[in-house]
Amino acid sequence: MQQIIYFFLRNKNFLLFFVLFLISLGLTINSHSYHTNQFVDSANFVSGGIYSLKSSVTDYFDLKEQNSKLAEENRLLQLQLQNLKVQVPQLDSENLPDSLVSIIGAKVINNSYSKTKNQLTINKGEKEGVTIDMGVISPEGIVGIVSHLSNHYASVQSILNTNSQVVAKFKKSNHFGTLVWNAQNPGEVQLKEIPRVANVALGDTIVTDGRSTIFPEGILIGTVKDFSIEEVGDYYNINVRLFTDMTSVKHVYLLSRKDAQEIKELEKEAEDVE
Amino acid sequence: MWNNELLKNAGRFVLLVLVQVLLLDHINFLGYINPYLYVFFMVVYPLSGNKGLLIFLSFLLGLTIDLFNGSGGIHAGASVFIAWVRPFVLKYSFGVSYEYNTVKINSASFSQQLVYIMSLVFFHHLVLFSLEIFNAQQILLLLKSTLFSGVFTTLLIFCTLYLFGREHS
Repeated sequence: MQQIIYFFLRNKNFLLFFVLFLISLGLTINSHSYHTNQFVDSANFVSGGIYSLKSSVTDYFDLKEQNSKLAEENRLLQLQLQNLKVQVPQLDSENLPDSLVSIIGAKVINNSYSKTKNQLTINKGEKEGVTIDMGVISPEGIVGIVSHLSNHYASVQSILNTNSQVVAKFKKSNHFGTLVWNAQNPGEVQLKEIPRVANVALGDTIVTDGRSTIFPEGILIGTVKDFSIEEVGDYYNINVRLFTDMTSVKHVYLLSRKDAQEIKELEKEAEDVE
Repeated sequence: MWNNELLKNAGRFVLLVLVQVLLLDHINFLGYINPYLYVFFMVVYPLSGNKGLLIFLSFLLGLTIDLFNGSGGIHAGASVFIAWVRPFVLKYSFGVSYEYNTVKINSASFSQQLVYIMSLVFFHHLVLFSLEIFNAQQILLLLKSTLFSGVFTTLLIFCTLYLFGREHS
C-alpha cells in the first residue's frame, strides 16, 4: 500500500500531465466529430462577448469596402426584383406567397481561414431563431453551416474546414458531387465524385444542390478553375474558385428551408421501412 | 512576496490570452503563419516554481485559447505537454544548477536562452499542429507550419522578453 502511495507521490506531476493531456485529447477528438455537444466552443457567453467587443472596434477599418459590397448586392437584388415585377405584376411585399426559405441577417464577429478546421462566430443565436444546420451565405455566395449555438451567438463551420461536406452541382447540367477542402488555399475548394460522363469546362459555375436540405437550390459557390480525371476510378477532381472572399466576410445571411423538417421525416420513415 | 508573484502570473495570464485571441490570431502572415505568444507564460514562469501548479495553469491557459478559437483541446494539450517537459528542457539548456535558484532567464547567456526558448516553442508547435491537423498524410503541412510559426513565435518571445522581461526577473 505504502509503495503505491509513494509511487503516486513520486510521479504526481506526470500523472497530472497525463490526465490533463487525455482530457485535451478527448476534447480535440470530440471537436472533430460534427454535431456532438461540445464543451469548448467559440459560441459561448464569454468569448462571444469579447469577440463582439473587438468587432465593434475593428468594424470601422473596412467599413468602406463592406459598404460598397452591400451596395453592389442591393443593386443586383433591385435588378432582379424589377425584372420579376415585370413578369409577375401583382408582386409586392404584402402578398408574397408563403416563402419556402426564411432568412436571418447576421454579422461575423470572428473569422478564421488559416487553419485546417476553420470557424466563424456570428452575433445571432438561439434567441434570434437560429438553429443548428442552417446554411450561411454571404452576398457573393456560400460560407458554411451553423454548427453550435448559444443564446446570442453561433459558430459556423466554414466551408474551409476539412470536416465540411456540402452537396454541390453544375449549374448547366445536374451532375452533383461533394464539396470538400484540402486545406491548401483559402480561395479554392475541391469538388469530388463528379462522374466521368459529365461535361466539364473551365469557368463552369458550381451551385448548391437542393438535395441536402441545408441550402436551397442554386446558391452560388464558385467557378471551375482546373480539373483532372482520377487515375483510379471514374471521377473528376475539380478545383473550384470560390465567389466569396472568405478572408473578408462581414455580413452573412442564415437560410433555413421550411420544408427541411418534412423532407427529413419522410427520409427517416423510408429508412425505417427498409 | 508570494502574493506578488501570484498577481504577476494572473495578470500575465489574462494579458497573454487577450493579445493572442484579439491580435495575434489574425495576423495570418503569408496566409497561414500565426505566432503563439502565450507560450511566453510557460517560458517565464519562475524556474523554481511549483511544477504541478504550472501544469495545471498551462492547461487552463490552453483551454481558454481553445475556447476562443473553438478548436477543441489542441492548445490545452500542447500547453500541458510543454509544462511537463519544461524541467527536462531547463536541465539541458541551463545545466542542473537551475534548481538551486542560481539561474535567471534574463541573466543567462544568449545561446542558453535560445536553446531553452526554441525547444519549448518547437515542442509546443509540434504537438499543437499534430493535434490540429490529425492526419498522417499531411505531415509536410505539419512540419512547415511548425517551422514557420515556430520561428515567428521565438522571435516574438525574445522581443517580449527584452522589452518587458526586466521587471519579472
